[in-house]
Amino acid sequence: MIGLLTGAVLFLMGIAIWQISKIHQLIQNNMGIKKDNSQVATQEDNDLQGKLMFAFLVFIYVVTIYCFWNYTKVLLPESASEHGVTYDRLMWISFAIILFAQTITQAVLHYFAYKYRGVKNRKAFFLTHDNKLELIWTIIPAIVFFILIIYGMITWSSIMNFDDQDEEALIIELYAQQWNWKARYAGQDNVLGDANVRFLNDFDGRNSVGIDSSDPNGWDDIVVTQEFHIPVNRKIIFKMRSQDVLHSAYMPHFRAQMNCVPGMITEFSFTPTKTTAEMRMNSDIAAKVERINKIRYNNSQKLLAKGEEGLDPYQFDYLLLCAKICGTSHYNMQMKIVVDTEKDYNKWISSQPAFSSIMQ
Amino acid sequence: MKGKENKNLRIRVKMESKEFGDLLDEKSQNSDFHQDHHHKETFITKWIFSQDHKMIAKQYLLTGVLFMGFIGIAMSLLFRLQLAWPEESFAVYDIFLGRWAPEGVMDPNIYLALVTIHGTIMVFFVLTAGLSGTFSNLLIPLQIGARDMASGFLNMLSFWLFFLSSVIMLASLFVEAGPAAAGWTVYPPLSALPQAQPGSGLGMTLWLISMAVFVASSLLGSLNYIVTVINLRTKGMSLFRLPLTIWAFLVTAIIGVISFPVLLSAALLLIMDRSFGTSFFLSDIFVQGEVLHYQGGSPVLFEHLFWFLGHPEVYIVILPALGITSEIIATNSRKPIFGYRAMIASILAIAFLSTIVWAHHMFISGMNPFLGSVFTFTTLLIAIPSAVKAFNYIATLWKGNLQFNPGMLFSIGLVSTFITGGLTGIILGDSTLDINVHDTYFVVAHFHLVMGISALYGLFAGVYHWFPKLFRRMMNKNLGYIHFWITAISAYGVFFPMHFIGMAGLPRRYYTNTAFPYFDDLADINVIITVFALLAGFAQLIFLYNFIYSMFYGEKTVQNPWKSNTLEWTAPIKHMHGNWEGEIPHVHRWAYDYSKPGHKEDFVPQNVPIGENEEITEH
Repeated sequence: MIGLLTGAVLFLMGIAIWQISKIHQLIQNNMGIKKDNSQVATQEDNDLQGKLMFAFLVFIYVVTIYCFWNYTKVLLPESASEHGVTYDRLMWISFAIILFAQTITQAVLHYFAYKYRGVKNRKAFFLTHDNKLELIWTIIPAIVFFILIIYGMITWSSIMNFDDQDEEALIIELYAQQWNWKARYAGQDNVLGDANVRFLNDFDGRNSVGIDSSDPNGWDDIVVTQEFHIPVNRKIIFKMRSQDVLHSAYMPHFRAQMNCVPGMITEFSFTPTKTTAEMRMNSDIAAKVERINKIRYNNSQKLLAKGEEGLDPYQFDYLLLCAKICGTSHYNMQMKIVVDTEKDYNKWISSQPAFSSIMQ
Repeated sequence: MKGKENKNLRIRVKMESKEFGDLLDEKSQNSDFHQDHHHKETFITKWIFSQDHKMIAKQYLLTGVLFMGFIGIAMSLLFRLQLAWPEESFAVYDIFLGRWAPEGVMDPNIYLALVTIHGTIMVFFVLTAGLSGTFSNLLIPLQIGARDMASGFLNMLSFWLFFLSSVIMLASLFVEAGPAAAGWTVYPPLSALPQAQPGSGLGMTLWLISMAVFVASSLLGSLNYIVTVINLRTKGMSLFRLPLTIWAFLVTAIIGVISFPVLLSAALLLIMDRSFGTSFFLSDIFVQGEVLHYQGGSPVLFEHLFWFLGHPEVYIVILPALGITSEIIATNSRKPIFGYRAMIASILAIAFLSTIVWAHHMFISGMNPFLGSVFTFTTLLIAIPSAVKAFNYIATLWKGNLQFNPGMLFSIGLVSTFITGGLTGIILGDSTLDINVHDTYFVVAHFHLVMGISALYGLFAGVYHWFPKLFRRMMNKNLGYIHFWITAISAYGVFFPMHFIGMAGLPRRYYTNTAFPYFDDLADINVIITVFALLAGFAQLIFLYNFIYSMFYGEKTVQNPWKSNTLEWTAPIKHMHGNWEGEIPHVHRWAYDYSKPGHKEDFVPQNVPIGENEEITEH
């Protein structure tokens, strides 16, 4: 079988090469008619390629417009966290600057390529430099970048330099391993018990995030898998750990990401502002879910026709993904995040078993 | 005559070391006795263990660019197929992946391995060794007016170490458990623990050995380039008369010498952790039901060491391409490069800043957020000289008389992708904005455009432009045009939409996106990207065909086909040891007297003396 396929591929490649050489020959012949066998660009070449350069500018614009027109809908919806609003604003300001610069510079570049395409016996304008011009185009980007730097730095420090002793904040540990997530809540005392990988094999391996059972702070800790809940409008402080390799806790809807590093505890904090139920009502999300379900329905029909199982319809949920390459199932390391109202959250958390129940 | 030349050279060169002087004597004599020399040459010294810089350049071009480049690009097509049509069976997988594609369906581990080796090959083997190796070797002696590299022997050694490292890297593809698969950045612990991933066994060991050999090769090459440029310039070739190609190669070599040793140390420490039980990068690890003994190391340390090379590496890749482009744009615009000194200043500024921006790859690695602010600052600073370069290229085109040879098309293409890709760097270099696009496809799109595609364009531009110098024949221009346009369209077709799937929140290095129904509406975009990628791959076959065909049957070149000013075109078409028959040309002007008023031709080569009433325009 493999032999046959190899043969087929080689045969097809042979055909491809033969075709290319035929095109090549045709071109050569055409060149012959023009009595020009030189491989240096002629005036005709300059003319055609110069015009193509202009066409390429149109192509770039068309691609840009097409992408923004068609793909804006696949982008993340409005932020579901407090700092995310500032993040999004900075993102769109940067994008506006980028698009402006892109549109202008590509236009000038390709227009010049078209406008000044070579003509026989014309001499180019001899110009070595222009200090004033160079100064202008050094200073203008410098000013723009400085504004962006300042804006970015202020936002960055307001996101990253949170008060991690904040009594009001809810502390949650995100625990990464190949290839799943767990979340640990600090319980009644809102203090996480000490933990280390050395304790993972305690209690017949049921100590799934390695809590140190000699630390009373850990007795009321609650470990959950598959999904974790957070209350809306309350600051959450995440403490990230990993037991094996690098992972990255990525929660795109909250504009949040932090690596999980074995041997280290990393931190990130945000305040969710929209419950899962609210986000499902968001018009962008509703449209997206509808599109996805249409796709899934079609795929399902194909699968069913083949006698395989169909796909379940999709419902929106916040996601925690892994964004740092971590091995075989990196692509499927996920956990569902549910943003509840305070009341629902309290109801949910009180139904979860504490670590002490495992200790007994 | 001979004596005079030796004397001149020696004055120019200001030799401190006697050995060097002797070497030089021997070199200049070689040229005069090159006939004699040919008798001594055997097949092996001429074609295999050659010490001639032109032959070594060709060797780099064939192994580094054509061979490794072919493999690297083919790998990307394999995993692009998987991304567009996840978990479908393909006959090509059966053929190329064999047992790693049971029933023709790609295995997730080999997907990661392909991504890893594609990155490694393209960044290091094609765009570092292939690009610098080919053009620094070919152009440094020819453009500065030297008989050869300062040390032909070290140069030869450098190539053969590179060859060895390529062989080791390719050998790792045939290892039982598969090649390295931890991403081209090989972050530990994933890369350190065979229990964490099959590719982290023998495959990873070979990867590390290959890279260690590669660093040795790169250092020998770079030192040679630096010494040659500083010491062996011909009479009149002051630093401010050097073509921008040479400036770029020189500065690239300097960054290489500064940063590559750090990669070597990172690789050595990783080897220690892997094989000798040390804990430089590892701590508190539990894998496959077992607590490992490692204590106190930090993976973040590895990230610092890796990116201390890794970021300058980006500029090691792009600077030579920009140098090549500067030369080709000036020549084909029939105009001086605009702002020659500003271009040099930009190269130097980029080089300096490139060594202090590395941690922008690590904003969310868990390092102190204050460092994030510092590195945001330096990173956005580097955008300024980059912008100046782009503006200067555009200004060079203004009121030129553009000759659209294939090299020129690729050079303009480079400026275009360098701008498009560079602009999104404003987002990734900003620590705040990096949070949500870090390790998504947005990053993939950004760096492929700004360093991958741009550097490849520079490489192609260089090949088309200096092919006559390398092989004494011209490449077919029409195939060159077809190659460029298909490539240019597909490059934007691949990477423009890719920004959007990144901003939709899709992380990179996912074997398939089907595990998340949330990403189902990105499937169509992935198909479009793959179709363009296949098209781009096909265009490279046209190039390959044109290259091989022209090598043997291309039109024979004239001495200076592009009417260029630089010294390499004053050398005879036929290759010879020592580059020039008789005396080395002396230099009287900068390399950019194109369309200078008062001259009949629109170019004045560097070895033409300044006329009596001629204004000195070098800037």
